[in-house]
Amino acid sequence: MSTNKKSSRTITVAALARVEGEGGLTLQLRGGRVADVKLRIYEPPRFFEGFLRGRDFREVPDVTARICGICPVAYQMSSIHALEAACGVSVTPEIRALRRLLYCGEWIESHALHVFMLHAPDFLGYESAIHMAKDHVEVVTKALELKKIGNDLVTVVGGREIHPVNVKLGGFYRAPTRLELAPLVERLKRALALSLEAVRFTAGLEFPGFEPDYEFVALRHPDEYPFNEGRIVSSRGLDIPVAEFEEHFVEEHVAHANALHCVHKGHGAYHVGPLARYSLNFDRLPGIARDAAREAGLGTECRNPFKSIVVRAVELVFACHEALRIIGSYAPPEPASVAVPPRAGSGHGASEAPRGMLYHSYQIDADGLVRKARIVPPTAQNQRTIENDLRELVPTLLELPREELTLRCEQAIRNYDPCISCATHFLKLDVREG
Amino acid sequence: MGARPKLAIFKFASCDGCQLSLLDCEEELLAVAGQLQIANFLEASREVVKGPYDITLVEGSITTSHDAARIQQVRKQSRVLVTIGACATAGGIQALRNFADVRELTTAVYPTPEYINALATSTPISQHVRVDYELRGCPIGKHQLLELLGALLHGRKPQLPTGPVCFECKRRGAVCVTTAHGTPCLGPVTQAGCGALCPSYARGCYGCFGPAESPNTASLGSYWQQQLGVSRPELVRAFRSYNAWSAAFRTASDAYEHEQKE
Repeated sequence: MSTNKKSSRTITVAALARVEGEGGLTLQLRGGRVADVKLRIYEPPRFFEGFLRGRDFREVPDVTARICGICPVAYQMSSIHALEAACGVSVTPEIRALRRLLYCGEWIESHALHVFMLHAPDFLGYESAIHMAKDHVEVVTKALELKKIGNDLVTVVGGREIHPVNVKLGGFYRAPTRLELAPLVERLKRALALSLEAVRFTAGLEFPGFEPDYEFVALRHPDEYPFNEGRIVSSRGLDIPVAEFEEHFVEEHVAHANALHCVHKGHGAYHVGPLARYSLNFDRLPGIARDAAREAGLGTECRNPFKSIVVRAVELVFACHEALRIIGSYAPPEPASVAVPPRAGSGHGASEAPRGMLYHSYQIDADGLVRKARIVPPTAQNQRTIENDLRELVPTLLELPREELTLRCEQAIRNYDPCISCATHFLKLDVREG
Repeated sequence: MGARPKLAIFKFASCDGCQLSLLDCEEELLAVAGQLQIANFLEASREVVKGPYDITLVEGSITTSHDAARIQQVRKQSRVLVTIGACATAGGIQALRNFADVRELTTAVYPTPEYINALATSTPISQHVRVDYELRGCPIGKHQLLELLGALLHGRKPQLPTGPVCFECKRRGAVCVTTAHGTPCLGPVTQAGCGALCPSYARGCYGCFGPAESPNTASLGSYWQQQLGVSRPELVRAFRSYNAWSAAFRTASDAYEHEQKE
């Protein structure tokens, strides 16, 4: 798609690779400026919130898992928290710990996938991790080993790695025994060592100097690095309970783009995900993860989105360490779940998906049938920020040959590990027919 | 064998989970890449090698007119076409729209419905083009995927289970959740392949591998109603989930919905 004027050109990526789901990019340049940038979403619309209406509330975690094959646990967690809140139920500390353990597994598999299979090839100049394996077989083999340990953890706790079957409202159908978890200890120690290596490996990559002034938004918990609970905080002073999310964050329709963006009311675009979590919760990381981050040259805050690959590796260290801690003091919850009797009302839940904060809210009736559901995935929240990054970044790269410029734009999008399948029940879609 | 056979993966409306199953074959992935040329796998690689392809895996269902046209092109480029998972094989959870008013659904989900371009139905790939093999499941089992790829590479028939989940429960010695605990379980009418996963986690099967061969849904339904106190709306929902549009489950859910209205 070329243009006729010399000073203006259009960069088009018809179909983005190494992201989840189907999206493309159109970038219009005029006189050294970015005239327009569109992260196009052509993944077909998927009507999850609509399908949920009239379903029994107990079916919700299985249904919402199907929004994303890469982070089903995040969907299960945000939905059960919202529904338990609606019913005024809280779970036991043992169930809570087991949920955190399951989430650790998802972070490990998802971050290992993104760091090595989706993102690293950009830095090292390969089309894929499989191509990369020809020259870096050890890196790729270890990455697959790490990813497998994460998946195996999800499988033991959840039943299977994709769309786990063991999560239910109030807890789990069956708690794994100590004996079932025991073989994971040695493997998680190995995973921890591999994660520390991953931090060193990613810290050695080359990063463009690029540090936008983001508003970071993430959960913050009184004494833990956030997974399932916490208040919603931002780097510009926001500090609210999850239930107030919809009062502060709105979807906004802007003229230049064919998408709805979730923005912080009165502030605009914001940033969720590993950079935000890390920068708002550095002090909640265990010593081993903080030390690894410092050795990698990271400060207590990181605003360079290209360095998200290092931060993900630091979070891998955290997740392995946390999983070991939980297994170390594990006692199977007895019973494996608490009763969640339905009551009419509404509830809100947010958890930290690997890609960032995932918000759910539900309204149910006295019989537990869902009347209304709202789901705000991380990619919908980051979409405007991704476009802003491109707007700011591209003018500094205009000297690059077209292919390299395109590649760098793709890399800037992959910084966010966008999950387009997730976002398509929220974003306004630009489905181009024919 | 001369050149490695070319493998392509195409995605339609789906969650990416079934194609992720290939990347989840951590111990086998590099071996697979050694046997097959991964020619088109956008989730994993920027490189796109032009067709025709020897083996094409299709994930997701057809929900837009654009995709209805695209699957025709995919078929033309593919020697063997395999659908992977409940969406591609049965229309998936997206087929819940087939029982509802899509315009109303659109309004419920999207603030600006006029921008949404979607068909009123979600349909399986086999309703559009010839399909050579089907892998069931939401998601598929990665061992079945490896079995299928191995069989195709060696020119033999893939060994895929056809009986119900009950067989797998017996084989692994899992306690029958219905007999022992009175838990409703779709295992007797659902195709095996998961290894009786849900019963081994003390819950009833929820049918994510779709109907088994000649399932007796009527018998199961009356047992649920009479012995387990399951209501008709609950039965409708049980058959209307991840394989709602598969013939046997559709007939069953329609029948219980119809009874309910009488």
